[in-house]
Amino acid sequence: MYDIKALYEANSVQDAIKLRLEHPDAQILAGGSDILVQIREGKRAGKELISIYMIDEMRGVELDDDGAIRIGSLTSFSHITKNEIVQKYINVLGEAVDMVGSPQIRNIGTIGGNTCNGVTSADSASTLFALDALVELTGSNGKRIIPISDFYIWAGEVDIKPDEIQTAIIIPKEKFEGYHGHYIKYAMRNALDITTTGCSVNVKLSDDKKTFTDVRIAYGVAGPVPMRAKNAEEFIRGKAVNEENIKEFSLQVLNDVKPRDSWRASKAFRQHLATELAYRALSECVKLAGGEL
Amino acid sequence: MAQYKLVKCTINGKPVEQMVDVRASLTDMLRNDYRMTSVKKGCEVGECGACNVLIDGECFNSCIYLAVWAEGKHIRTLEGLLSEDGELSDIQQAFIDETAVQCGFCTPGVIMSAVEILESGRDYTDDELRKMLSGHLCRCTGYENILRAVRKTLDKRLGKN
Repeated sequence: MYDIKALYEANSVQDAIKLRLEHPDAQILAGGSDILVQIREGKRAGKELISIYMIDEMRGVELDDDGAIRIGSLTSFSHITKNEIVQKYINVLGEAVDMVGSPQIRNIGTIGGNTCNGVTSADSASTLFALDALVELTGSNGKRIIPISDFYIWAGEVDIKPDEIQTAIIIPKEKFEGYHGHYIKYAMRNALDITTTGCSVNVKLSDDKKTFTDVRIAYGVAGPVPMRAKNAEEFIRGKAVNEENIKEFSLQVLNDVKPRDSWRASKAFRQHLATELAYRALSECVKLAGGEL
Repeated sequence: MAQYKLVKCTINGKPVEQMVDVRASLTDMLRNDYRMTSVKKGCEVGECGACNVLIDGECFNSCIYLAVWAEGKHIRTLEGLLSEDGELSDIQQAFIDETAVQCGFCTPGVIMSAVEILESGRDYTDDELRKMLSGHLCRCTGYENILRAVRKTLDKRLGKN
Protein backbone atom coordinates (compact mmCIF):
# COMPACT_ATOMS: atom_id res chain seq x y z
CA MET A 1 0.00 0.00 0.00
CA TYR A 2 1.36 3.41 -0.92
CA ASP A 3 1.24 6.37 1.43
CA ILE A 4 -1.00 8.51 -0.82
CA LYS A 5 -3.36 11.14 0.61
CA ALA A 6 -5.72 11.07 -2.35
CA LEU A 7 -5.64 9.92 -5.97
CA TYR A 8 -7.39 11.86 -8.74
CA GLU A 9 -7.58 10.10 -12.08
CA ALA A 10 -7.62 12.06 -15.34
CA ASN A 11 -9.09 10.39 -18.43
CA SER A 12 -8.34 13.21 -20.88
CA VAL A 13 -5.99 16.18 -21.18
CA GLN A 14 -8.88 18.56 -20.38
CA ASP A 15 -9.71 16.42 -17.35
CA ALA A 16 -6.12 16.71 -16.15
CA ILE A 17 -6.11 20.51 -16.52
CA LYS A 18 -9.35 20.72 -14.53
CA LEU A 19 -7.90 18.51 -11.78
CA ARG A 20 -4.71 20.61 -11.72
CA LEU A 21 -6.78 23.73 -10.97
CA GLU A 22 -8.96 21.95 -8.40
CA HIS A 23 -6.01 20.42 -6.54
CA PRO A 24 -3.07 22.86 -6.71
CA ASP A 25 -0.96 20.86 -4.24
CA ALA A 26 -1.28 17.57 -6.08
CA GLN A 27 1.67 15.97 -7.82
CA ILE A 28 1.27 14.80 -11.45
CA LEU A 29 1.82 11.05 -11.81
CA ALA A 30 2.70 9.54 -15.21
CA GLY A 31 4.31 6.06 -15.23
CA GLY A 32 5.37 6.46 -11.62
CA SER A 33 8.76 4.73 -11.85
CA ASP A 34 10.31 7.73 -10.07
CA ILE A 35 7.42 9.13 -8.05
CA LEU A 36 6.04 5.86 -6.64
CA VAL A 37 9.58 4.90 -5.63
CA GLN A 38 10.03 8.26 -3.91
CA ILE A 39 6.73 7.71 -2.08
CA ARG A 40 8.09 4.36 -0.83
CA GLU A 41 11.23 6.13 0.35
CA GLY A 42 9.08 8.61 2.26
CA LYS A 43 10.25 11.60 0.20
CA ARG A 44 6.90 12.30 -1.43
CA ALA A 45 4.75 10.37 1.05
CA GLY A 46 1.31 11.56 2.13
CA LYS A 47 0.70 13.73 -0.95
CA GLU A 48 -2.22 14.06 -3.33
CA LEU A 49 -1.63 12.65 -6.81
CA ILE A 50 -3.19 13.34 -10.20
CA SER A 51 -2.74 10.20 -12.30
CA ILE A 52 -2.51 10.97 -16.02
CA TYR A 53 -1.32 7.45 -16.92
CA MET A 54 -4.68 6.37 -18.40
CA ILE A 55 -4.83 9.24 -20.95
CA ASP A 56 -4.27 7.22 -24.14
CA GLU A 57 -4.49 10.31 -26.39
CA MET A 58 -1.06 11.26 -25.03
CA ARG A 59 0.59 8.11 -26.41
CA GLY A 60 2.28 7.52 -29.75
CA VAL A 61 4.73 9.00 -32.25
CA GLU A 62 3.63 10.78 -35.41
CA LEU A 63 4.95 12.96 -38.20
CA ASP A 64 3.25 16.37 -38.30
CA ASP A 65 2.22 18.04 -41.57
CA ASP A 66 5.39 20.17 -41.45
CA GLY A 67 7.57 17.08 -41.06
CA ALA A 68 8.21 17.50 -37.34
CA ILE A 69 8.23 14.41 -35.13
CA ARG A 70 5.67 14.58 -32.33
CA ILE A 71 6.08 12.19 -29.41
CA GLY A 72 3.15 12.03 -26.99
CA SER A 73 4.40 12.60 -23.45
CA LEU A 74 3.07 9.26 -22.16
CA THR A 75 4.83 7.22 -24.85
CA SER A 76 6.90 4.60 -23.05
CA PHE A 77 10.65 4.24 -23.64
CA SER A 78 10.22 0.80 -25.19
CA HIS A 79 7.56 2.08 -27.61
CA ILE A 80 9.88 4.94 -28.64
CA THR A 81 12.71 2.48 -29.32
CA LYS A 82 10.42 0.19 -31.36
CA ASN A 83 8.78 3.03 -33.30
CA GLU A 84 9.48 3.11 -37.04
CA ILE A 85 9.49 6.92 -37.32
CA VAL A 86 12.05 7.13 -34.50
CA GLN A 87 14.19 4.39 -36.06
CA LYS A 88 14.14 6.09 -39.45
CA TYR A 89 14.79 9.72 -38.46
CA ILE A 90 16.09 9.97 -34.88
CA ASN A 91 17.45 6.52 -34.06
CA VAL A 92 19.77 8.09 -31.47
CA LEU A 93 16.76 8.84 -29.25
CA GLY A 94 15.52 5.24 -29.50
CA GLU A 95 19.00 4.01 -28.55
CA ALA A 96 19.30 6.46 -25.66
CA VAL A 97 15.99 5.53 -24.02
CA ASP A 98 16.85 1.84 -24.52
CA MET A 99 19.53 2.36 -21.84
CA VAL A 100 17.10 3.46 -19.11
CA GLY A 101 16.77 1.08 -16.13
CA SER A 102 15.59 -2.36 -17.22
CA PRO A 103 13.09 -3.82 -19.74
CA GLN A 104 10.26 -3.49 -17.19
CA ILE A 105 11.19 0.12 -16.40
CA ARG A 106 11.32 0.93 -20.12
CA ASN A 107 7.76 -0.38 -20.44
CA ILE A 108 6.37 1.84 -17.67
CA GLY A 109 8.67 4.88 -17.91
CA THR A 110 7.51 7.73 -20.16
CA ILE A 111 9.44 10.43 -21.98
CA GLY A 112 7.20 13.04 -20.39
CA GLY A 113 7.90 11.80 -16.89
CA ASN A 114 11.60 11.55 -17.64
CA THR A 115 11.78 15.23 -18.64
CA CYS A 116 9.25 16.63 -16.13
CA ASN A 117 11.30 15.22 -13.25
CA GLY A 118 13.92 17.81 -14.12
CA VAL A 119 16.84 15.55 -13.29
CA THR A 120 20.15 15.91 -15.09
CA SER A 121 20.72 12.15 -15.41
CA ALA A 122 17.57 11.46 -17.48
CA ASP A 123 18.74 9.35 -20.42
CA SER A 124 16.29 10.97 -22.85
CA ALA A 125 17.15 14.53 -21.88
CA SER A 126 20.68 14.96 -23.23
CA THR A 127 19.59 13.60 -26.62
CA LEU A 128 16.54 15.90 -26.64
CA PHE A 129 18.89 18.83 -25.90
CA ALA A 130 21.19 17.73 -28.72
CA LEU A 131 18.16 17.57 -31.03
CA ASP A 132 16.96 21.06 -29.99
CA ALA A 133 13.62 19.47 -29.07
CA LEU A 134 10.54 21.52 -28.18
CA VAL A 135 8.24 20.86 -25.26
CA GLU A 136 4.47 21.18 -25.72
CA LEU A 137 2.51 22.15 -22.61
CA THR A 138 -1.27 22.26 -22.56
CA GLY A 139 -3.15 24.48 -20.11
CA SER A 140 -6.53 26.14 -19.73
CA ASN A 141 -5.58 28.75 -22.37
CA GLY A 142 -4.40 26.21 -24.91
CA LYS A 143 -0.96 25.08 -25.99
CA ARG A 144 2.44 26.60 -25.27
CA ILE A 145 5.56 25.36 -27.03
CA ILE A 146 9.00 26.14 -25.62
CA PRO A 147 12.58 24.97 -26.28
CA ILE A 148 13.67 22.16 -23.96
CA SER A 149 16.56 24.33 -22.74
CA ASP A 150 13.97 26.81 -21.39
CA PHE A 151 11.82 24.02 -19.96
CA TYR A 152 14.56 23.03 -17.52
CA ILE A 153 14.98 25.72 -14.85
CA TRP A 154 17.10 24.04 -12.19
CA ALA A 155 17.66 20.58 -10.73
CA GLY A 156 14.19 19.14 -10.15
CA GLU A 157 12.50 22.31 -11.39
CA VAL A 158 10.81 22.64 -14.78
CA ASP A 159 8.57 25.26 -16.40
CA ILE A 160 5.08 23.84 -15.91
CA LYS A 161 2.40 26.36 -14.94
CA PRO A 162 -0.19 25.44 -12.26
CA ASP A 163 -2.86 24.66 -14.88
CA GLU A 164 -0.60 22.82 -17.31
CA ILE A 165 0.59 19.35 -18.13
CA GLN A 166 3.28 18.41 -20.62
CA THR A 167 1.54 16.82 -23.61
CA ALA A 168 4.26 16.22 -26.21
CA ILE A 169 7.90 16.46 -27.20
CA ILE A 170 8.39 17.89 -30.69
CA ILE A 171 11.50 17.61 -32.84
CA PRO A 172 11.39 20.03 -35.79
CA LYS A 173 12.34 18.67 -39.20
CA GLU A 174 15.29 21.02 -39.73
CA LYS A 175 16.84 19.76 -36.48
CA PHE A 176 17.10 16.12 -37.54
CA GLU A 177 17.10 16.16 -41.36
CA GLY A 178 20.63 15.40 -42.57
CA TYR A 179 21.93 14.85 -39.02
CA HIS A 180 23.41 11.69 -37.56
CA GLY A 181 23.41 11.16 -33.81
CA HIS A 182 25.04 8.98 -31.18
CA TYR A 183 24.53 8.69 -27.42
CA ILE A 184 26.91 7.19 -24.89
CA LYS A 185 25.80 6.39 -21.36
CA TYR A 186 28.60 5.85 -18.89
CA ALA A 187 27.47 3.99 -15.78
CA MET A 188 28.81 1.33 -13.44
CA ARG A 189 26.43 -1.42 -14.59
CA ASN A 190 24.82 -2.16 -17.95
CA ALA A 191 21.31 -2.36 -16.45
CA LEU A 192 19.44 -0.65 -13.64
CA ASP A 193 21.97 2.08 -13.13
CA ILE A 194 21.86 5.85 -13.19
CA THR A 195 24.12 7.62 -15.68
CA THR A 196 27.44 8.79 -14.21
CA THR A 197 27.77 11.09 -17.21
CA GLY A 198 26.00 10.79 -20.56
CA CYS A 199 26.83 12.47 -23.85
CA SER A 200 24.70 12.88 -26.97
CA VAL A 201 26.02 14.28 -30.25
CA ASN A 202 24.31 15.23 -33.51
CA VAL A 203 26.35 15.96 -36.62
CA LYS A 204 25.71 17.33 -40.09
CA LEU A 205 28.58 17.05 -42.55
CA SER A 206 29.06 18.96 -45.81
CA ASP A 207 28.09 17.21 -49.06
CA ASP A 208 31.67 16.03 -49.65
CA LYS A 209 31.81 14.79 -45.99
CA LYS A 210 34.99 16.82 -45.42
CA THR A 211 33.63 19.65 -43.26
CA PHE A 212 31.55 19.86 -40.08
CA THR A 213 28.52 21.89 -41.20
CA ASP A 214 26.97 21.65 -37.73
CA VAL A 215 27.63 19.80 -34.48
CA ARG A 216 25.36 19.78 -31.44
CA ILE A 217 26.58 18.15 -28.23
CA ALA A 218 24.68 17.79 -24.97
CA TYR A 219 25.42 16.22 -21.60
CA GLY A 220 23.56 14.67 -18.73
CA VAL A 221 25.17 14.94 -15.27
CA ALA A 222 27.67 17.60 -16.31
CA GLY A 223 25.76 20.27 -14.39
CA PRO A 224 22.52 20.70 -12.41
CA VAL A 225 20.40 20.28 -15.54
CA PRO A 226 21.14 18.70 -18.95
CA MET A 227 23.27 21.12 -20.97
CA ARG A 228 24.79 21.89 -24.35
CA ALA A 229 28.52 22.54 -24.82
CA LYS A 230 28.13 25.66 -26.97
CA ASN A 231 31.79 26.74 -26.93
CA ALA A 232 32.85 23.39 -28.30
CA GLU A 233 30.07 23.49 -30.92
CA GLU A 234 31.19 26.93 -32.08
CA PHE A 235 34.81 25.78 -32.25
CA ILE A 236 34.14 22.89 -34.61
CA ARG A 237 31.50 24.42 -36.90
CA GLY A 238 33.02 24.85 -40.38
CA LYS A 239 36.21 22.98 -39.48
CA ALA A 240 37.65 20.07 -41.43
CA VAL A 241 36.68 16.53 -40.48
CA ASN A 242 39.86 15.10 -38.98
CA GLU A 243 41.23 13.49 -35.84
CA GLU A 244 42.98 16.64 -34.66
CA ASN A 245 39.84 18.79 -34.72
CA ILE A 246 37.80 16.14 -32.92
CA LYS A 247 40.52 15.91 -30.25
CA GLU A 248 40.53 19.69 -29.79
CA PHE A 249 36.70 19.73 -29.75
CA SER A 250 36.69 17.17 -26.94
CA LEU A 251 38.99 19.40 -24.87
CA GLN A 252 36.89 22.51 -25.64
CA VAL A 253 33.90 20.95 -23.85
CA LEU A 254 35.69 21.60 -20.56
CA ASN A 255 34.88 25.30 -21.06
CA ASP A 256 31.19 24.37 -20.99
CA VAL A 257 30.58 21.54 -18.54
CA LYS A 258 30.23 22.16 -14.82
CA PRO A 259 30.18 18.77 -13.09
CA ARG A 260 30.44 18.44 -9.34
CA ASP A 261 31.68 15.90 -6.82
CA SER A 262 28.98 13.50 -5.73
CA TRP A 263 28.96 10.07 -4.10
CA ARG A 264 28.51 8.58 -7.56
CA ALA A 265 31.65 10.09 -9.10
CA SER A 266 34.16 12.89 -8.57
CA LYS A 267 34.23 16.15 -10.51
CA ALA A 268 37.61 15.21 -11.99
CA PHE A 269 36.32 11.87 -13.23
CA ARG A 270 33.25 13.49 -14.79
CA GLN A 271 35.45 16.06 -16.57
CA HIS A 272 37.54 13.19 -17.91
CA LEU A 273 34.33 11.45 -19.03
CA ALA A 274 33.04 14.63 -20.69
CA THR A 275 36.18 14.81 -22.82
CA GLU A 276 36.42 11.12 -23.63
CA LEU A 277 32.70 10.73 -24.42
CA ALA A 278 32.76 13.83 -26.66
CA TYR A 279 35.65 12.32 -28.60
CA ARG A 280 34.03 8.90 -28.96
CA ALA A 281 30.52 10.14 -29.70
CA LEU A 282 31.63 12.64 -32.34
CA SER A 283 33.93 10.06 -33.98
CA GLU A 284 30.99 7.62 -34.13
CA CYS A 285 28.72 10.31 -35.61
CA VAL A 286 31.24 11.02 -38.36
CA LYS A 287 31.20 7.32 -39.25
CA LEU A 288 27.39 7.23 -39.21
CA ALA A 289 27.33 10.29 -41.48
CA GLY A 290 29.61 8.53 -43.98
CA GLY A 291 32.70 10.59 -43.22
CA GLU A 292 36.23 9.29 -42.90
CA LEU A 293 38.76 9.70 -40.11
CA MET B 1 -10.25 8.50 4.57
CA ALA B 2 -9.87 5.39 2.51
CA GLN B 3 -10.71 5.79 -1.15
CA TYR B 4 -11.91 2.75 -3.14
CA LYS B 5 -12.50 2.09 -6.82
CA LEU B 6 -14.00 -0.79 -8.78
CA VAL B 7 -11.32 -2.31 -10.99
CA LYS B 8 -12.34 -4.69 -13.79
CA CYS B 9 -9.64 -6.62 -15.59
CA THR B 10 -8.69 -10.04 -16.93
CA ILE B 11 -6.33 -12.20 -14.90
CA ASN B 12 -4.91 -15.25 -16.67
CA GLY B 13 -7.78 -15.15 -19.14
CA LYS B 14 -10.54 -14.84 -16.54
CA PRO B 15 -12.59 -11.60 -16.30
CA VAL B 16 -12.63 -10.39 -12.71
CA GLU B 17 -13.66 -7.29 -10.75
CA GLN B 18 -12.92 -6.09 -7.26
CA MET B 19 -13.24 -2.96 -5.12
CA VAL B 20 -9.65 -1.84 -4.64
CA ASP B 21 -8.04 0.67 -2.30
CA VAL B 22 -6.56 3.33 -4.63
CA ARG B 23 -3.33 3.25 -2.62
CA ALA B 24 -2.77 -0.42 -3.54
CA SER B 25 -0.07 -1.50 -5.94
CA LEU B 26 -0.87 -4.15 -8.52
CA THR B 27 1.26 -6.55 -6.42
CA ASP B 28 -1.03 -5.85 -3.44
CA MET B 29 -4.13 -6.51 -5.53
CA LEU B 30 -2.84 -9.70 -7.17
CA ARG B 31 -1.59 -11.20 -3.91
CA ASN B 32 -4.25 -10.07 -1.45
CA ASP B 33 -7.43 -10.01 -3.53
CA TYR B 34 -6.67 -12.80 -6.02
CA ARG B 35 -4.17 -14.94 -4.09
CA MET B 36 -1.69 -14.88 -6.96
CA THR B 37 1.25 -15.56 -4.63
CA SER B 38 3.72 -16.19 -7.45
CA VAL B 39 3.88 -12.40 -7.61
CA LYS B 40 6.57 -11.75 -5.01
CA LYS B 41 7.18 -8.69 -2.90
CA GLY B 42 10.90 -8.13 -3.25
CA CYS B 43 12.46 -4.68 -3.31
CA GLU B 44 9.13 -2.91 -3.97
CA VAL B 45 10.96 -0.13 -5.84
CA GLY B 46 11.14 -1.66 -9.32
CA GLU B 47 14.69 -2.96 -9.17
CA CYS B 48 14.57 -6.72 -8.49
CA GLY B 49 11.83 -7.91 -10.87
CA ALA B 50 10.35 -10.47 -8.42
CA CYS B 51 6.86 -8.97 -8.91
CA ASN B 52 7.08 -8.98 -12.71
CA VAL B 53 3.81 -9.75 -14.57
CA LEU B 54 2.62 -9.41 -18.16
CA ILE B 55 0.17 -6.57 -18.82
CA ASP B 56 -1.26 -6.60 -22.35
CA GLY B 57 1.72 -8.70 -23.39
CA GLU B 58 4.48 -6.51 -21.93
CA CYS B 59 6.50 -7.00 -18.73
CA PHE B 60 5.86 -4.67 -15.81
CA ASN B 61 7.05 -4.60 -12.23
CA SER B 62 3.67 -4.78 -10.50
CA CYS B 63 5.11 -3.21 -7.31
CA ILE B 64 5.37 0.19 -9.01
CA TYR B 65 2.11 -0.07 -10.92
CA LEU B 66 -1.07 1.22 -9.31
CA ALA B 67 -3.82 -1.39 -8.98
CA VAL B 68 -6.34 1.08 -10.45
CA TRP B 69 -4.29 1.18 -13.68
CA ALA B 70 -5.21 -2.49 -14.22
CA GLU B 71 -8.68 -1.35 -15.37
CA GLY B 72 -9.44 -3.02 -18.72
CA LYS B 73 -6.05 -4.70 -18.93
CA HIS B 74 -5.13 -8.33 -19.58
CA ILE B 75 -2.82 -9.48 -16.81
CA ARG B 76 -0.88 -12.72 -16.77
CA THR B 77 1.01 -14.26 -13.87
CA LEU B 78 2.97 -17.48 -13.45
CA GLU B 79 -0.22 -19.24 -12.27
CA GLY B 80 -1.56 -18.85 -15.80
CA LEU B 81 1.19 -21.07 -17.23
CA LEU B 82 -0.18 -24.21 -15.57
CA SER B 83 -1.83 -26.46 -18.15
CA GLU B 84 -5.32 -27.91 -17.65
CA ASP B 85 -3.93 -31.30 -16.67
CA GLY B 86 -1.72 -29.67 -14.04
CA GLU B 87 1.55 -30.08 -15.96
CA LEU B 88 4.25 -27.45 -15.99
CA SER B 89 4.89 -25.44 -19.14
CA ASP B 90 8.07 -26.04 -21.16
CA ILE B 91 9.81 -22.96 -19.76
CA GLN B 92 9.06 -23.96 -16.15
CA GLN B 93 10.34 -27.50 -16.78
CA ALA B 94 13.47 -26.05 -18.41
CA PHE B 95 14.18 -24.01 -15.27
CA ILE B 96 14.09 -27.26 -13.27
CA ASP B 97 16.16 -29.21 -15.80
CA GLU B 98 18.85 -26.52 -15.99
CA THR B 99 18.90 -25.89 -12.21
CA ALA B 100 17.88 -22.31 -12.89
CA VAL B 101 15.97 -22.38 -9.59
CA GLN B 102 17.61 -22.37 -6.20
CA CYS B 103 15.72 -20.44 -3.54
CA GLY B 104 13.05 -19.73 -6.14
CA PHE B 105 12.08 -16.22 -5.05
CA CYS B 106 13.06 -14.51 -8.31
CA THR B 107 11.86 -17.41 -10.50
CA PRO B 108 8.22 -16.46 -11.23
CA GLY B 109 9.29 -12.96 -12.29
CA VAL B 110 12.11 -14.20 -14.50
CA ILE B 111 9.85 -16.79 -16.11
CA MET B 112 7.28 -14.12 -17.00
CA SER B 113 10.03 -12.14 -18.76
CA ALA B 114 10.98 -15.38 -20.52
CA VAL B 115 7.35 -15.81 -21.60
CA GLU B 116 7.37 -12.40 -23.29
CA ILE B 117 10.60 -13.35 -25.08
CA LEU B 118 9.33 -16.80 -26.14
CA GLU B 119 5.97 -15.53 -27.37
CA SER B 120 7.56 -12.87 -29.59
CA GLY B 121 8.19 -15.78 -31.99
CA ARG B 122 11.65 -14.65 -33.06
CA ASP B 123 15.23 -15.61 -32.28
CA TYR B 124 17.69 -13.61 -30.20
CA THR B 125 21.43 -13.72 -29.60
CA ASP B 126 22.67 -14.56 -26.10
CA ASP B 127 23.61 -10.90 -25.62
CA GLU B 128 20.09 -9.83 -26.54
CA LEU B 129 18.64 -12.39 -24.12
CA ARG B 130 20.92 -11.13 -21.35
CA LYS B 131 19.67 -7.60 -21.96
CA MET B 132 16.02 -8.73 -22.03
CA LEU B 133 16.49 -10.58 -18.73
CA SER B 134 18.46 -7.77 -17.11
CA GLY B 135 15.49 -6.50 -15.09
CA HIS B 136 15.83 -9.33 -12.58
CA LEU B 137 18.10 -9.84 -9.62
CA CYS B 138 18.97 -13.42 -8.65
CA ARG B 139 21.33 -13.92 -5.71
CA CYS B 140 21.58 -17.72 -6.07
CA THR B 141 22.15 -18.95 -9.58
CA GLY B 142 24.66 -16.52 -11.06
CA TYR B 143 22.26 -16.17 -14.03
CA GLU B 144 24.03 -18.62 -16.37
CA ASN B 145 21.55 -21.44 -15.74
CA ILE B 146 18.64 -19.03 -16.18
CA LEU B 147 20.04 -17.91 -19.52
CA ARG B 148 20.54 -21.55 -20.54
CA ALA B 149 16.95 -22.49 -19.62
CA VAL B 150 15.57 -19.62 -21.72
CA ARG B 151 17.99 -20.36 -24.59
CA LYS B 152 17.06 -24.07 -24.74
CA THR B 153 13.31 -23.41 -24.58
CA LEU B 154 13.61 -20.73 -27.25
CA ASP B 155 15.60 -23.07 -29.52
CA LYS B 156 13.05 -25.84 -29.00
CA ARG B 157 10.09 -23.61 -29.77
CA LEU B 158 11.80 -22.35 -32.91
CA GLY B 159 12.50 -25.96 -33.92
CA LYS B 160 16.26 -25.43 -33.84
CA ASN B 161 17.10 -28.79 -32.23
